Amino acid sequence: MTLTETEVTRTIDARGMACPGPLLALIGAIRQGQTGDTIAVLSSDAGSKSDIPAWCAKAKHEIVEVVELSGHARFVVRKTH
Amino acid sequence: MPARVVILGGGVGGTLAANLLRKELGGEANVTVVDSTGMHIYQPGFLYVALDQANALWLARDERTLLRKGVELVVEQATRIDPSRQTVELAHGGTLPYDYLVLATGSRLDRGAVAGYGDTHDFYSFEGALRLREELRRFKGGRILVGVAGIPYKCPPAPVEFVLMLEEYLRKRGIREKSSVTLLSPLGRAFTIESASKLVQPIFDRQGVGLSTFFNVESVDTAKHTVSSLEGETAEYDLLVLVPPHRGAAVIEASGLGDAGGWVPTDRDTLQHKSFERILAIGDATDLPISKSGSTAHFEAPVVASRIASFVRGTAPKTAYGGRVMCFLATGGGRATSLRFDYTHPPVPPKPSRLWHWAKWIFNRAYWVTIPQGRVG
Repeated sequence: MTLTETEVTRTIDARGMACPGPLLALIGAIRQGQTGDTIAVLSSDAGSKSDIPAWCAKAKHEIVEVVELSGHARFVVRKTH
Repeated sequence: MPARVVILGGGVGGTLAANLLRKELGGEANVTVVDSTGMHIYQPGFLYVALDQANALWLARDERTLLRKGVELVVEQATRIDPSRQTVELAHGGTLPYDYLVLATGSRLDRGAVAGYGDTHDFYSFEGALRLREELRRFKGGRILVGVAGIPYKCPPAPVEFVLMLEEYLRKRGIREKSSVTLLSPLGRAFTIESASKLVQPIFDRQGVGLSTFFNVESVDTAKHTVSSLEGETAEYDLLVLVPPHRGAAVIEASGLGDAGGWVPTDRDTLQHKSFERILAIGDATDLPISKSGSTAHFEAPVVASRIASFVRGTAPKTAYGGRVMCFLATGGGRATSLRFDYTHPPVPPKPSRLWHWAKWIFNRAYWVTIPQGRVG
């Protein structure tokens, strides 16, 4: 199943924004959000494919989906606690 | 009748946008800068003050001296913006009407957002840098932790620069052997940009600077001298230095113009407010997930000025922000590298060298006569 734009709490377009980068933007949104929120991050940084899952595993938040799109990927993460 | 352009904030972005608008439009617009202090602060200097390398007086100038003749300066706190009436209310009464409004209101430190933050040290404010300088002068050795207590924060390279320059400082003081320095990185490596992180990591290894990864500071216990992360780890310290949590300006929040963090919802290309086309935003004030830095504001200001000039003249805007940022990353030992990128070109930082160290040094000293006036493209 693919979540549509309307089902996420917030979408962050971090494409081309090398610094501070997509993962920091995601961590910021998780810190600011409520438990149960789903945050979508658009990233054109190849490193996000390893960075984002690694942090989610460590911080115990759930990756709902990763979708490869043209020139970027969309990561949807649920804040679990 | 001349168009009324009101700019909130006399930092890099607000000052440069005001000067460029005045230069471009002359008598076609009345340009007014509203700033609560009337002082322009060069914030990259805080790092040097904290580490006893610069005099704090170097960091502040009267905003009036940086503005072109013809730009009006109002030293007042803006308290509320009414986008339907197109007015800005001021703290001591009075209302400024506008045709176009620029939000260059920066960010503010929100230390209370972290439980137990107390009197934890930082180098993100004038008073913080001076207090940390005194603490370091008294420091006789021990465990120093440097971490990040909120995202987003200004100048993402600053914590890396700070630990490497601090290590050098401790050596010069002769207390390096009795001290440890550890960076609590919010990420899985020392720095957000992987290519830059690869340049920095060998320096950490060589200088014996510790690195704890995925440590996003959530709470502090100043009595027990411990700091805990939202990832569930706790570390002990003798001296803790944190990047304080940041929020958008109070006037943005009071006017309902920001998101949950007080940041202005901003179009990444036009820099216009997503709901109000006559309001544009620059620098830290935006919600864009790009570096909150003077450099970002510096490259955004000409876009905002050019677009407003087009609106005033009724012509189609010709420029858009392409995501350009350029900054230095000091790596200690008289060396530095540089980070340059935009939306379509990722950064390719050069090997740290003395050249970039001197480039940073010259930039810091030439700032007052180049950047606010738009003399550097």
